[in-house]
Amino acid sequence: MVYKKRVDGRKFDELRPMEAKAGVIPNANGSGYFKIGKTTAYAAVYGPRELYPKFKQDPKKGVLRCFYSMMPFSGSGERIRPGNSRRSQEISMVMESALNPVVDLSAFPNAVVDVFVDLPQTDAGTRCAAISAAAIALADAGIPMNDMISAVAVGQVDGTVVADLCYNEEAYDAIVSDIPVAMTHKKKEITLLQMDGEISKEDLLQALEMAKAATEKIYELQVKAIKEKFVKN
Amino acid sequence: MIINKETIAQLASLGKRLDGRKLTEYRQPIEIVTDISWTAEGSAKVTIGKTVVMAGVKMALEKPYNDTPDEGGITVNAELLPLSSPEYEHGPPGIKAVELARVTDRGIREAKAIDMKKLCLVPGEKAWFVTIDLITINDDGNLFDAAGLAALAALKSARFPVVDEATGAIDYKTKTEKSLPLRREPLPVTIYVINGQLLVDPTQEEEKAYEARLTVSSDDSGTISALQKGGSLPLRMEDVENMLNLALEKSKFLRGELDRALK
Repeated sequence: MVYKKRVDGRKFDELRPMEAKAGVIPNANGSGYFKIGKTTAYAAVYGPRELYPKFKQDPKKGVLRCFYSMMPFSGSGERIRPGNSRRSQEISMVMESALNPVVDLSAFPNAVVDVFVDLPQTDAGTRCAAISAAAIALADAGIPMNDMISAVAVGQVDGTVVADLCYNEEAYDAIVSDIPVAMTHKKKEITLLQMDGEISKEDLLQALEMAKAATEKIYELQVKAIKEKFVKN
Repeated sequence: MIINKETIAQLASLGKRLDGRKLTEYRQPIEIVTDISWTAEGSAKVTIGKTVVMAGVKMALEKPYNDTPDEGGITVNAELLPLSSPEYEHGPPGIKAVELARVTDRGIREAKAIDMKKLCLVPGEKAWFVTIDLITINDDGNLFDAAGLAALAALKSARFPVVDEATGAIDYKTKTEKSLPLRREPLPVTIYVINGQLLVDPTQEEEKAYEARLTVSSDDSGTISALQKGGSLPLRMEDVENMLNLALEKSKFLRGELDRALK
């Protein structure tokens, strides 16, 4: 059996319908919204502001902190208990390392830049949507960045390499792999790389090639969102 | 920002506000959108000015409590997200979130808005339990009224999930046409006292200047189902009466906005 037609009828390299906005949370220093399929993420940036407790401060540069959280009603099963889970802590950590390479906080010693991402509804690809929304929020907040970060999941479903897996593909009854990838725009360097499932080396390299083209589409949307905000105001 | 506290108080005595509104005027736009989350059984997003609150309803089948074996139940929880204001931090809900959740809960529970007996499937064994999560996206004041609107809109939009008759398992991905057994539709209105004047729908800046507040939950017949006084200023009898009158009047206004949005 080979995966010839995707469960939702998309082409193999086709992403789900997307929407991006900047400046959606007036209280924040910068904010972003990213929607891909039925996964939506709100991101808010607060800072640079003073970091407490003090021993966490870095006298050479500011610190970037990310907080990923799914709203209690955002899972496709039972209600999720609010508060930190092992999963949300790990995703927060990998988000920090995905965004840090392009963020330059050397002008803000002892300060912190906090990025909060909360998701009202999810259908796979949540950490990638969170990173894409967070990057919009950082740019909107005017945090110095030397490049943009765009993220998408790629993978393999029953022998076929695909982009942007939905939940029904992640749960497909065959060998599946899910590979969240974040990339810089200019050099196409990888800042987030994780994987669940099984895949051959050849398919993995093909999937990463696919991620290059896919993140480029997300990049265009992110830039458009930021431009729209500043032209409007 | 507390810098405008005195200005806000002085303006109030002249019947004026920083943003040019009348004292008893809500901000615009008031937007109520339902079904903002496909994963919730019911959901809504309410915008009042720059305040944005979401509500999501989740349902689960559980064993009824021993003292009410033929009834289901409701729980209200509020999360003041650090995403929504520089003043909020991660961690267990603080007193502000607890009060918001409890006042919203009482408005719904004490009005007997949901027919708890109709939530029961097998007495003593199985009943629907409804959780309403209130989530702030941007806190620019008046969370009580925004959360109350969001909670009611989410309850009205909720549909029961499909239950497998053989196994009793809930298929959360498929919804039935069946809505919650709503008997009444309570909405809270909060009246604030600043410098002896009554006003509604304060911004976060104005909230820092209030001396007393009274949240009044009422249904479309004007029956009051919950009250909560806040602030340090004691209220005279006539103050309470004036606040009740204004709250009942504004409740009609908010109900009109909700009906228009859900039509």
